[in-house]
Amino acid sequence: MLDISILYNRYKFLGNEFLTWLWFMIDTDKKYILSLQKDMLSFEINNRIVLENSLDNIIENITIKGDDAGLEEAKLSLQKGGVVTECNFSLKAAEYEWKFNIKGESLNISSLKTPETAKIEKKEDVDGIVLEKYYLYEKIITLVESLYDHFIQIRITNKWDKEAVPMIKNWIQS
Amino acid sequence: MGLLSSSVSITRYKVNGEISGNLISTITEGLQKYSITDIDHEPVEKTSGWTSFENPYMPNFEKTSCIIGTYFVFSLRIDKKNIPAKIIKKFYITEMTKKLAESEREHLSRNEKKTIKDNIINFLSLRIPAAPNIYDILWNYENHSLWFFSNQKAANEELETLFSKSFKLKLIRLFPYTMADLSKQLRDKDRDRLTTISPTKFMD
Repeated sequence: MLDISILYNRYKFLGNEFLTWLWFMIDTDKKYILSLQKDMLSFEINNRIVLENSLDNIIENITIKGDDAGLEEAKLSLQKGGVVTECNFSLKAAEYEWKFNIKGESLNISSLKTPETAKIEKKEDVDGIVLEKYYLYEKIITLVESLYDHFIQIRITNKWDKEAVPMIKNWIQS
Repeated sequence: MGLLSSSVSITRYKVNGEISGNLISTITEGLQKYSITDIDHEPVEKTSGWTSFENPYMPNFEKTSCIIGTYFVFSLRIDKKNIPAKIIKKFYITEMTKKLAESEREHLSRNEKKTIKDNIINFLSLRIPAAPNIYDILWNYENHSLWFFSNQKAANEELETLFSKSFKLKLIRLFPYTMADLSKQLRDKDRDRLTTISPTKFMD
């Protein structure tokens, strides 16, 4: 096995392609995403998306943020050959909402905000609240892992070049 | 950033290997052996070690349990003395001027300058308390998974080193390649293809 930092850098592109594919899936096959968790009502791009476009060895980063920001400019960046490198998502289940960020190169989760838990009033409350938080974090982690598993199964087969990429290209141009 | 914060960052790991012998006592011993020690009155700039999740400033793994539900919950603490560069410069120039006057010379050798600087840092290290940084850890032993509540590179590297020393187990950080390689959905043939794939151009 190659050195871990070499593998990290060599395969950064997979994480960025995953985020680009995920946006495509949100736009075209949300039914599949919602089928991954019984109680999930919605899964959307939230208030931040970062894209990277490298043309003629010059790297251009575009950040679109704000609650009312449209994704038209982000789509324009894809049309110029960009990929998504970071994205903030929102997941709703029952009356609860989760918000979180995924960075393509590491697939690390950051700025994860879960529905509120009860407040710790006495020492005995800690264990219960830790377990509640665990469940709330696990929901997001399980979803991201399921989505990535699905992506990677397509990505490393002929299905990627023959079916997925042409569909993504059409979606980018639409 | 703590497990109970309103906004968290999580780095995910797979834990490679098994603990032989009694699980709880082996982990508790590892935590105890490499728990953080105070450096406030020591001429040391930085230290790291395990600390208790519930009482991170006074760790005692013999008295405090590190188990919540079926998970091991504890923290990594990195203590660092942040001595402002301007304070070092002030003491350094004062000391150098004094030394030059005493020796009636115009210059000091490189070694002399280094010794003065090291002495000043040691002197200030004894007077400045270390700032603690606490990073929570949730280890699901049965699932071989560990969540580290920080994405900071230096903190992650510290965790990986200390974890391996303490429990003789290897942490595999989950990122695009390792997640793909460890995916249960892939067959060996698929894993081979992983080594040959290259970036996709979505637009020509």
